[in-house]
Amino acid sequence: MIPKKPIPHLMRDGNRFSDKIMRQREKTMLRITRREALIFGGATAATGALPAAANTPGQMETAIRRVVGEAEIRKGKVTLDLPPLVENGNTVPMTVTVNSAMTKTDYVKAIHVFNEKNPQANVISAQLGPRCGKAVVTTRIRLAGTQKLTAIAEMSDGSYWSDTQEVIVTLAACLEDLI
Amino acid sequence: MAARALINVPKTAKRGDVIEIKTLISHVMETGYRHSNTGEIIPRDIITSFSCRYNGEEIFAITLYPAIAANPFVTFHTVATTSGTLAFHWIGDNGFEVTEEAKIVVG
Amino acid sequence: MWWGRVTLTGHDGVRVAAVALVAFLHIDFARAEIPPAERRSGYDQMSPATKAMQDDDTANPATLAVLDGEALWTRKAGSESKACADCHGDAAASMRGVSARYPAFSPAKGRPIDIEQRVNLCRTERQKAPPLAHESRDLLALTAYLGKQSRGMPIAVAEDDKTKPFIEAGRQNYTRRQGQLNLSCQNCHDDNWGQKLAGVPLVQGHPNGYPLYRLEWQSLGSLQRRLRNCLIGMRAEPYAYGADEYVDLELFLMWRARGMTVETPAVRP
Repeated sequence: MIPKKPIPHLMRDGNRFSDKIMRQREKTMLRITRREALIFGGATAATGALPAAANTPGQMETAIRRVVGEAEIRKGKVTLDLPPLVENGNTVPMTVTVNSAMTKTDYVKAIHVFNEKNPQANVISAQLGPRCGKAVVTTRIRLAGTQKLTAIAEMSDGSYWSDTQEVIVTLAACLEDLI
Repeated sequence: MAARALINVPKTAKRGDVIEIKTLISHVMETGYRHSNTGEIIPRDIITSFSCRYNGEEIFAITLYPAIAANPFVTFHTVATTSGTLAFHWIGDNGFEVTEEAKIVVG
Repeated sequence: MWWGRVTLTGHDGVRVAAVALVAFLHIDFARAEIPPAERRSGYDQMSPATKAMQDDDTANPATLAVLDGEALWTRKAGSESKACADCHGDAAASMRGVSARYPAFSPAKGRPIDIEQRVNLCRTERQKAPPLAHESRDLLALTAYLGKQSRGMPIAVAEDDKTKPFIEAGRQNYTRRQGQLNLSCQNCHDDNWGQKLAGVPLVQGHPNGYPLYRLEWQSLGSLQRRLRNCLIGMRAEPYAYGADEYVDLELFLMWRARGMTVETPAVRP
């Protein structure tokens, strides 16, 4: 998602922002992009801000607290597996593994994943149980730019565990307009 | 044409084995954050939840958000207990609802 | 940065700057065909995660389209109320190797046609059904299903007196500089493949997996759709879908990729 003045025949699907929002965002984003831009090779694209609903690290924390409440979240047990560098933020394979025997008395009740920079902080919320046998969930997600993700596991004893990973997202070089 | 779903469940399993179930369903997963070229928001149209029942008992459920890529792919595990039917249920915006079944023989 | 009346800010500006610099500096003018031993499928330059997506039929998003195509193959259509299967039987047998040799010369049209045009010829003339629109779900499903019947086989388009003029026309298109950036396909895909353009690896541009699931599109798409992306990326006016120029270019690209293995339905970033 990149802010730029609307040029209908050249704009990518999904990047048409109203003039007003563009002008608001342009000032902040130009500062960030100039700092990070390299002309040749290896320019990792911190993609531009999204309209009004854009997420921030603080919002991820809020979303986590909305699900977890005031409980302590410990590091461990959970492994969030994402490619460190993805070719395309539209389809990123993600696996969450929680180290648990998944017995009737000790199992993973739920797995929640949150992100920092998408317009919405939630990614998935899965309900598991002892019948799962293994607490491993895979899916494919969308990432609006380089950011951190956090996976939280809620155990049957009420404890919460987490893992965090940063993903660098690049963009396709040759894009298209709406067909 | 209706949404196409692809389920991958082993046809047979030994009792007590932990098996992997893979599911893939065609769906645009329109986030609701994109704009058309006239500046209007393209309304959200996503699958919001998916669940799996093994002989009637829910063994796995997941809430999906716009952050899930198009054509949602979800895999999970379950313990092969008895022979029977695995029922898969997807629900989404605009009345989207798909049910698929797969049989498993557990010996 | 400015480019005529177009103002490009942020990362689009970086990308255009990168591409423009390649064009301006005239880097590495080999102007030669990639030697057969050095030809690489785009697959080789993908990340392991994306390769895994292509390799596993149960996880490949394009499989959904192939299943749709399989269903369409036996569905009756048109005023003749015929299904593809009624004439062609089991696709696994009758369609084996077909996509690998398309675009093929059509005596009726007096020029090569691609697989999409061939499907529509069957629809209009044999099934007496309306043609399927380009990039429509049904046409993509059918061509994906057909393409899969050639998976693992070598690309083998005919190179004979009938097709040579069109291969040459395609080559002219491939090597001609065009668009606001004054780039030719060759500048990136022959002369600079393997290097990076704005952080993304440049592939050689072989059409050995079409129609394919492009992560950027989050859907299946044809070779023509991808060529349009390239033209737009070069800031050139894309031809209309179904244009002869595309088919000539497809034929040239398939000739250029002769002997390479069909991967349809592939996955690409």
